[in-house]
Amino acid sequence: MIRFTLLRFLQLIPVFLGATLLVYFLVFATPGNPIAALSGGKPMSPAVEAALTAQYNLDKPFWMQYLLYLKNLLSFDLGETFSGQPVSDVIGRAFPVTARLAIMALVFEAFFGIIFGVIAGLRKGKLFDSTVLIASLIVIAVPTFVLGFILQFVVGVKLAWAKPTVSPGAPWSDLILPALVLGLVSLAYVIRLTRTSVIENKNADYVRTATAKGLSRRRVVVVHIVRNSMIPVVTFLGADLGSLMGGAIVTEGIFNVPGVGNLLYLSILKGETPTVVAVVSVLVLVFVLANLVVDLLYAWLDPRIRYA
Amino acid sequence: MPENPTPEIIEPEGAAQRIRSGKVSTRKIEHYVARLEDTPLQDVDKVDESAVPLSMWAQAWRSLRKQPLFIISAILILLVIAVAVFPQLFTHTDPTSCTLSNARKGPAAGHPLGFTFQGCDIYARIIFGARASVLVGLFTTIFVVIIGGALGALAGYYGGWLDAVLARITDIFFALPLILGAIIIMQLPAFRDNKSIWTVIITLTIFGWPQLARITRGAVIEAKNSDYVMASRALGLSKFKTLVKHVVPNSLAPIIVIATISLGIYIVAEATLSFLGVGLPPSIMSWGNDIASAQISLRNNPAILMWPALALSVTVLSFIMLGDAVRDALDPKSRKG
Amino acid sequence: MRYNRTSKALVLSAALALTLTACGGGGDQGAATSGAATSTDAGGGGGNATAVITANSTEPQNGLLPANTNEVGGGRVMDLIFTGLVSYDATGAPVNELAESIETTDAQNYTIKIKSGQKFTNGEAVTAASFVNAWNFGAAAKNAQLNSYFFESIKGYDKVSAEKSTEDKMEGLKIVDDNTFTVELSRAESDFPLRLGYTAFYPLPEAAFKDPKAFGENPAGNGPYKLADGGWQHNVQVQLVPNADYSGPRKPANGGVTFKIYTTFDAAYQDLLANNLDILDQIPPSALQNYKTDLGDRSVNQPYAGNATMTIPSYLPEFQGEAGQLRRQAISKAINRQEIIDNIFFGGKQAAKEFTSPVIDGYSDAIPGSDVLTFDAEGAKKLWEQAEAISPWPAGKVFTITSNIDGAGNKEYIEAMANQISNTLPIKAELNPIPTFKEMRTIVGEKKLTGASRAGWQADYPSLYNFLGPLYGTGAGSNDGDYSNPAFDKKLAEGLSATSVEEGNKIFNESQEILLKDLPVVPLWYQGVQGGWSTKVADVKFGWNGVPLYYAVTGK
Repeated sequence: MIRFTLLRFLQLIPVFLGATLLVYFLVFATPGNPIAALSGGKPMSPAVEAALTAQYNLDKPFWMQYLLYLKNLLSFDLGETFSGQPVSDVIGRAFPVTARLAIMALVFEAFFGIIFGVIAGLRKGKLFDSTVLIASLIVIAVPTFVLGFILQFVVGVKLAWAKPTVSPGAPWSDLILPALVLGLVSLAYVIRLTRTSVIENKNADYVRTATAKGLSRRRVVVVHIVRNSMIPVVTFLGADLGSLMGGAIVTEGIFNVPGVGNLLYLSILKGETPTVVAVVSVLVLVFVLANLVVDLLYAWLDPRIRYA
Repeated sequence: MPENPTPEIIEPEGAAQRIRSGKVSTRKIEHYVARLEDTPLQDVDKVDESAVPLSMWAQAWRSLRKQPLFIISAILILLVIAVAVFPQLFTHTDPTSCTLSNARKGPAAGHPLGFTFQGCDIYARIIFGARASVLVGLFTTIFVVIIGGALGALAGYYGGWLDAVLARITDIFFALPLILGAIIIMQLPAFRDNKSIWTVIITLTIFGWPQLARITRGAVIEAKNSDYVMASRALGLSKFKTLVKHVVPNSLAPIIVIATISLGIYIVAEATLSFLGVGLPPSIMSWGNDIASAQISLRNNPAILMWPALALSVTVLSFIMLGDAVRDALDPKSRKG
Repeated sequence: MRYNRTSKALVLSAALALTLTACGGGGDQGAATSGAATSTDAGGGGGNATAVITANSTEPQNGLLPANTNEVGGGRVMDLIFTGLVSYDATGAPVNELAESIETTDAQNYTIKIKSGQKFTNGEAVTAASFVNAWNFGAAAKNAQLNSYFFESIKGYDKVSAEKSTEDKMEGLKIVDDNTFTVELSRAESDFPLRLGYTAFYPLPEAAFKDPKAFGENPAGNGPYKLADGGWQHNVQVQLVPNADYSGPRKPANGGVTFKIYTTFDAAYQDLLANNLDILDQIPPSALQNYKTDLGDRSVNQPYAGNATMTIPSYLPEFQGEAGQLRRQAISKAINRQEIIDNIFFGGKQAAKEFTSPVIDGYSDAIPGSDVLTFDAEGAKKLWEQAEAISPWPAGKVFTITSNIDGAGNKEYIEAMANQISNTLPIKAELNPIPTFKEMRTIVGEKKLTGASRAGWQADYPSLYNFLGPLYGTGAGSNDGDYSNPAFDKKLAEGLSATSVEEGNKIFNESQEILLKDLPVVPLWYQGVQGGWSTKVADVKFGWNGVPLYYAVTGK
């Protein structure tokens, strides 16, 4: 197990190089000159344009730019944004906020997703199951920007139960509503995954055996059915953590959360390579770690699975 | 297993590996598989040989076609496909003739659902938008299932370095922002001047497969330790054939769930891309595009958003029901009779 | 300042709003329906003068240096923490701030005297050198300041701004004594004094030149407010507190201004409704239909010095010669501006009658030829037929209108406009969406448009010339459509060297008659500001450029 974990960490090196190279190239290949946009459409003196282009290494060929980036990286210099702030500071501010948001969303979708999924699975075809299905459909068919807007308007403005947007410092309490909105789509996935798994497992031989030997229904459900149904759910949740962090663009916009999603979105639009590369690298790290945890959980959930 | 090749003793693959990698346990399990003729299994096979052999899929189809869930969803899906293929049969209104003097008006004669923010007929736009939406949803899902499913199954089943490489590639693709990729892919010389439904499908596939790969990998890892897999291997089926014949079919449930939900998510994702200017050109109508454009009138005219969302919901619902029915049919334990 | 006020997430790149804060006066000119019109003058509201008010903003895109701030987010902070020689009142007329006098006899040589005894918040005195050094710093190529072209009229600019130039002093600027300096321009420009209220012309203390980067993070200004300790929390908020040393006309009537950074106006609007934000200077498109009912008399709708246009580049083959001119006119007549204003903007704009803005001194809505801007389907069809007779439109060619759509509010009106053109003329018109502003700028800058493009202008300073010279003069910096007409250039030069403002305005309006024939761009409408405020504040007014007069707002 330890060896397995160590190996996984070693794999980070090629993953990191691959990801930075790929992302650096992608941003490099986006059409449009970022310096031209800095002027906001106003004229820019050629000298200023040349100076700024040189300042961000944009006058150099792609390989040179990337190698320079790596070189700075070795001295823990992540580069600068177009506004002259160190990228490490920018990410340092945005990351904790998004991490809080994503973890809350994950807990929300895991908790309610598994509970609703288990009940729906055990009562397949009954009223509860159908209700959950319809609710999931709404979440799938109505985009986040609409659901988020409605929740914000109703809960934040009309009922005034919470602030419509997140206050400076992004306290946990302000993040409840955004986390709920962020977790909604994934909630639909978790419910249906859990439900299907439970349906598969509830007729399994070991469940019959457990029931036959007189275990309480509660114990049968929790220990035998649910635990054995968790592999697809855990897989999904692990992969989702990273998506929640990087893909919260819409939710962060609606609730004005100064997080990673917005940062990433804006820096892509601006063509601010160092920021994009750094954010994506952090996300890759999150994915690798989350998947490591998921793989270790597999072995715990299903003792037949072994890692050597 | 009627045509079993010459029986041989097969050493479980894991044994050698475990020793190599220095597992703590010193327990050693001897596996011996008896000659086929010596096992009671032979009798079971004999009985089967007289009947018409039914594959797992044929059995599933038998039970499927009797299920009302399946029949309803199949009819709905056929209807949606008919709308997508022959939109002219369902409306005579030109969905591109829009005038602001009709903007946001309610239903009127010949315009059963009213008008959009730009004064276009909502009903006609839903009918004509079906093609792009259904194509995007369906084909993205198909491609994602093929690519993600294949890579995930290989990674989960074979493990080792193949898993490491595939899983880490998945990690990188997972972390790539869809917008960044879309902006670039849509601007490739080949796509730039003829953006079409297929460019959207390709983009969404590139960013959709990692999720399915991961789910498949998890399901395969779970399934490959099952007794029937060991039995299949013991009976001499090659490793790859076991994967295809036994492991994958038994890992389908979560794949079906993810695929049917994602179908709807992809249709909406197309809207996001269009919203960002990297999706379909404005001349191609789609539900997603109409949903995104309706955001602006959400507070005053929610119906503009509701109708395309409803069309999308019905489509997704039919695929989810179909998925459920297929899954039930594939699972012998939940099959009745 | 183009493309401003268009962006949702993107005010960063999109905007260059030169938020020049005006002083005094009522913001009730034009089509104001504002409750603000009834409010009293700065500081006179009798409200709570210690209340800290919150207002929406975007993250400043650069360090807070005058010559490097070219967008709204930084601009509105700069205008509160700095003050220049003049500022503009609510009608856009210049009022002396630090200037004692600005004198000239030939419109080319100016002598500027400044008030003595003024200080920066770091204790340094504001002297003639503070201005001369700041302007030289802003112009010099080696400092790469975005606004450097603002100094191009000053003699010697070409030397300091040349690529790789190490020169950093313009010969046109000379310090006479502590409180006097002279400016020599390379040619006569009568509207030079008008420009001096723009952000780029603010003074800087010595500390700024030693470490511009550190200064930009924590500037020492001379305006009505100063940055609170650690007040700039990036991407979250910018906190300003009153500057006790300030003695100019824009005396703060409140206990400070906190700019909350928003990435969408929708979020800010929800905050406003929940009384979680005091002042919002732009109602998002999704709320335009509702804000008057939501806010009642806590809202404003008034024109400001900006317009929206559609550029039809002169390099397009279909728009050459006489046929091209007829086609432009046909397209202009095919657009029903009022219908779009009513249905897309819900009355938030005013149909254009010429190329400038009604809040600018000298504006006329009756320039001969302006009927080409009125919707006339039959007239449009006729003009198009005449053009077809000269050279036919390529079969199957779609008339595209290119626009970046990374900001809210562009897509809807361009789609509506494209529908109108398609419905009236025998061609198909369509929005050509571009995902990012930087790509849009690159396409426009490299003259690679294949059709029309969205454009617009917000005045840097209140003058007719600012709407004409930089945009349509031959070879001018923002002449994206490559328009060139010697007759128009001649009129511009005449107007600039006119002896009186009235005379100049008359000539500028004559020059617009030429533009109305050629239509280098199709004017669409004048921008309006729709804003609102919470129940916790009073005395909210908006200036000539659409920016709230933050210093005058009081708490309740």
